[in-house]
Amino acid sequence: MTDTTTIPSPPTLGYDDLPRLVALMTGDEKHSTSADSTLDVLWVLYHRVLNVTPASADDPDRDRFLLSKGHGPMAYYAVLAAKGFIPIETLATFGAYDSPLGHHPDRLLIPGVEISSGSLGHGLPIAVGVVLGLRAQELGGRVVVLVGDAEFDEGSNHEAIALAGRLGLDRLTVVVVDNRSATHGWPGGIAGRFEIEGWAAATVDGRDHAALAAAFTEEPIGRPNVVVAVVEEGA
Amino acid sequence: MTATATADTMRDRFARVTTALLDDDPRLAVVLAEIGVSGLARAMRRHPDRVINVGIREQLMISVASGLALSGLRPIAHSYTPFLVERPFEQVKLDLAHQGVGAILVSVGASYDWPEGGRTHQAPEDVALLSTLPDWTIHVPGHPDEVEGLLRAAIAGDGNVYLRLSAQANAAPMPIDPGRFHVARRGSRAVVIAAGPMLDRVLEASAELDVTVLYATTVRPFDAETLRAEVHTPAVVLVEPYLQGTSALWVSQALRDKPHRLLSLGVRRMEHRHYGTPEQHDEAHCLDVASLRHRIGQFLGR
Repeated sequence: MTDTTTIPSPPTLGYDDLPRLVALMTGDEKHSTSADSTLDVLWVLYHRVLNVTPASADDPDRDRFLLSKGHGPMAYYAVLAAKGFIPIETLATFGAYDSPLGHHPDRLLIPGVEISSGSLGHGLPIAVGVVLGLRAQELGGRVVVLVGDAEFDEGSNHEAIALAGRLGLDRLTVVVVDNRSATHGWPGGIAGRFEIEGWAAATVDGRDHAALAAAFTEEPIGRPNVVVAVVEEGA
Repeated sequence: MTATATADTMRDRFARVTTALLDDDPRLAVVLAEIGVSGLARAMRRHPDRVINVGIREQLMISVASGLALSGLRPIAHSYTPFLVERPFEQVKLDLAHQGVGAILVSVGASYDWPEGGRTHQAPEDVALLSTLPDWTIHVPGHPDEVEGLLRAAIAGDGNVYLRLSAQANAAPMPIDPGRFHVARRGSRAVVIAAGPMLDRVLEASAELDVTVLYATTVRPFDAETLRAEVHTPAVVLVEPYLQGTSALWVSQALRDKPHRLLSLGVRRMEHRHYGTPEQHDEAHCLDVASLRHRIGQFLGR
């Protein structure tokens, strides 16, 4: 059992603590490439972009983050723990029978988790519904969805991209973590798939915190936006 | 009954009641995938933020309903049976109850309301498929008046509800207590359970038989309590307008401590490459009055 007494209370945890938090789940410093590829994007979102804290996790006006690519959620859990949504000691229970932390996240088991994911291609379509629901109720939050580049193979995403573009859902942001893991790829780049449907698109270095933060805080311009966060191939 | 009331189909009633409730209930929302747009055109003009046509995108229809529910609304998703239940089944499974939210799925087309449309527009498997999932309420109304009561109750709740509308209907509504089977007739030799639009045919087919007829409009949860209370001779006939045997497991569970016989009648499991009319398909599946009379009589040893 990990001695948690030496770990500082959540608000003081920073980016440099994340590998140690991930290691609580994996048992060593080596962890899956999937967790690695999303780590910087997740940190920038929770540290600098999203207006949500453990205290406001049920506020109707909160910003919502939907992890569509539920595979390899260790980076997500580490960031949620660093930000105080999950007790640090819970990380060590990762994958155990009674643990709230599965290998895909479950929103009914983890505070702050907006959707249960694992099957690919569900998060973005659900996010379109959340944005429409917030708009109908005149609620203020924005919705950010993280998808993987290979997840784009799922046709359900393309139903959502088309509709969100046509309806001009400018409270919707998609971040595609692109480690070029799609077998058949996306000719011309992933951003083009969104642009042709009327989205604003930016492609940035998925490890560059300043560039990610800038891309995530662009003012809404009447259409949804996508941030393609490029990380090293195979990361 | 007035002529006006009988001209009303279940689908008409759904559109009319939903249109009225959208004015009254700011939580109510409707998601469509092109089908059903004309019936809700006025509602769409009045409430463009809450009546949403996603285009011919059925997976998205269910996921959008999920997102609306996650944001605090009470969504209805509405389409033709196979495109509402079968095509987006993983979305139904994962985006609703698994997310801890509810929606109301309202289908039209039933098992074969439009036989000329062929297999692609027939979905007798719908109730069996949804019955594989936990925590669904499934209503099979037999009359437009019943649709209205069940729809209003569903909208007032927050669970997952399937409302199966059909062009086939009984001549008159029954006084239903949602969730409970209604005792339409009492007899001693068997209990016949007639689901939704099967009631009139079952009553006619069993007119000369000494049997109890239970009318089922809510089939999930299954009213085991009423069935157990009414079973005196342990013989049960299940007559369902969808896949044969869909509720057989539930009958078996209700009577697990009573040796019993069960005859399940319903739409047979086959690639049925015929067009024509619903009545011709009823005959093909032995769901017409003459066939029911014969099959039930045979089961009772007549």
